Amino acid sequence: MEVALETHNLTVSYNRRPVLWNIDFKIPVGQITGIIGPNGSGKTTLLKAIMGLVKPSSGYCKLFDQDLKQVRERISYVPQRESVDWDFPASVMDIVLMGRYKSSNLFKRINQSDRDIAVEALEKVNMLEFSNRQISQLSGGQQQRVFIARSLAQGADLYIMDEPFVGVDAATEEAILNLLTEMKNQGKTVIVVHHDLQTAKDYFDWIVLLNTRLVAVGPKDDIFREDLLQEAYGGKLNVLSKVGDLIKEKGFSVRERK
Amino acid sequence: MNDLLQFLSFSDPNVRFVTIGTMILGATAAMVGSFSFLRKKALVGDAIAHSILPGVCLAFMLSGSKDPLVLIVGAFITGWLSLIIIDGISRTTKLKNDAAIGIVLSVFFGFGILLLTSIQQSGNAAQSGLDKFLFGKAASLTQYDILVFSSIGIVLILVLLLFYKEFKLISFNPDYAKVIGLPVKFLEFILATITVLAVAVGIQAVGVVLMAALLITPASGARFWTHRLGTMIFIAMVFGAISGFFGSFISYVAPSMPTGPWVVMCLSFLTIGSIWFAPKRGMLAKYRVQHQNQQKILKENVLKLFYHIGEKENDFHAERSIEQLLKTRDLRPTELKKGLHLLKSENTVRNKDDKWLITAKGLNEAIRIIRLHRLWEMYLNQRLKLEPDHVHNDAEAIEHIITPEIERQLEKELNYPTKDPHQSIIPYIKE
Repeated sequence: MEVALETHNLTVSYNRRPVLWNIDFKIPVGQITGIIGPNGSGKTTLLKAIMGLVKPSSGYCKLFDQDLKQVRERISYVPQRESVDWDFPASVMDIVLMGRYKSSNLFKRINQSDRDIAVEALEKVNMLEFSNRQISQLSGGQQQRVFIARSLAQGADLYIMDEPFVGVDAATEEAILNLLTEMKNQGKTVIVVHHDLQTAKDYFDWIVLLNTRLVAVGPKDDIFREDLLQEAYGGKLNVLSKVGDLIKEKGFSVRERK
Repeated sequence: MNDLLQFLSFSDPNVRFVTIGTMILGATAAMVGSFSFLRKKALVGDAIAHSILPGVCLAFMLSGSKDPLVLIVGAFITGWLSLIIIDGISRTTKLKNDAAIGIVLSVFFGFGILLLTSIQQSGNAAQSGLDKFLFGKAASLTQYDILVFSSIGIVLILVLLLFYKEFKLISFNPDYAKVIGLPVKFLEFILATITVLAVAVGIQAVGVVLMAALLITPASGARFWTHRLGTMIFIAMVFGAISGFFGSFISYVAPSMPTGPWVVMCLSFLTIGSIWFAPKRGMLAKYRVQHQNQQKILKENVLKLFYHIGEKENDFHAERSIEQLLKTRDLRPTELKKGLHLLKSENTVRNKDDKWLITAKGLNEAIRIIRLHRLWEMYLNQRLKLEPDHVHNDAEAIEHIITPEIERQLEKELNYPTKDPHQSIIPYIKE
């Protein structure tokens, strides 16, 4: 199995309290993988750790068997829609063009080929007619599609999306699903954080079941079992939470040396 | 008036210098401040401005000179120090950012005032003029001062242009910038440095106390006029330059007046004007929309009166008296008359003296509204499972809003109903 993403013994803490304990799994290339778990199970934190936005207390992540720094241009990240202020003075096109910014061409101006790529990305999410629209005038679903278009404009091999299906209309949901299939057919890898168990089985090939610790990982048919779902959604592990609280209260760290 | 003409003629080279200089300072502060505004760091500028005072005083005490370059070095050091401390406090303690800003601002400013007072009482003749840093005094700047400050201002504008698209991204979505590998820490450092410098040169014109206004107010006003970042920054710079111009004018005409408060008055005037008069986003535009909506509702309600009476009497074209119309619906007589006259100007009703009748055009309009009302009642009843006696008030409001497109969707979803939940007929326009 060719591995797109590997997390090794990953522990992440906020204010000392671990929100992810020793997460250890591999995700194959060319599949649509859903990271599933109840609210507060650390799904977004996991993505942030993968994307280098939070520093793990221990462990590491590898993408295509390399550090994030070496493969940055092959990875594309779609943050949660609510993570930005949509009243920012910018048009849809402005935002999608941000997908063409690269660390290697800091001073380079956006050129025509960047614009062509952005137009193509907008077309793929059915948003081309809105390209001059001010972003504050978009509906939630349209905002989500703009974020996905920005990510497509990057031209990556691995797409990591944080809750793209939350609060979107039926048209957007369908547009995203079609895109996911198309990406898969092109051999791209997609990892999606998702909280709705009902739809997860239809959307994804692989599942990572999470609830502050890894519950299970594998092809969806192996994962959608009563006992595993019960384990993930049946509440947090009591002792684990208590120890997490203790670490915070007493001012310890989750590793002896840091 | 003569003062203004003399000022505007720029015959005095010093006037020319100071005016252009303060305009550049105003524009620079506005440009840099646009990013503080968008990054929701409006108060940080205020903290920097206040923290610069002790730096200026210390630089003077140590060097004994009022050379602007020396003072700016001092200003820059304490300005940056305040940023680092604010950041440190909010990162390592439980205190939130606003509290950290409040603490740093007052501590630095208090210390600055202490130093300033002790300098003033030291009997050092060279100190005269340092107190101008509190409220600003454009006219007292020398040509050399202006040269130094405006050069710094122009450099800042150039740096901002150079990093424009990166600053845009870190203002909108810093996490994404980090993920694609932009040096976000470095860019933030540059932006912070530019802000400190813009404040350090800006206080020459408006003073420490009111500097935050020069930073944030232009952007706040400009935001009302446009949805484009570039245009917004440009308008903010124009606002900044205009108030710089105004400030130096006051400084010459009324030498006893401090410049800062007047610059701020001018800025407030521009910004409050924007809040009121800007198209679309301005308050006035919003009131106008509200007013138009109210008129539409009134007109449509009056048309419905004719329809309801006509439906009951099975005669839509008869003349109606004001009294008869008033009986049908709870409307004030003045409202009704206003509505009738509005409708008359659109040829949807006619009158013969005190009797009013609906025209064919008006009847079609009335049918459309009644139809939307009853379709919506039907929708609430069938889809939201509301009882027939709970749907009327809702439909009274929604009937004025539904577009033809939604009307078609409603018809289709309800399978082209002919009667509403109260068994009244849903009318349609006969071609």
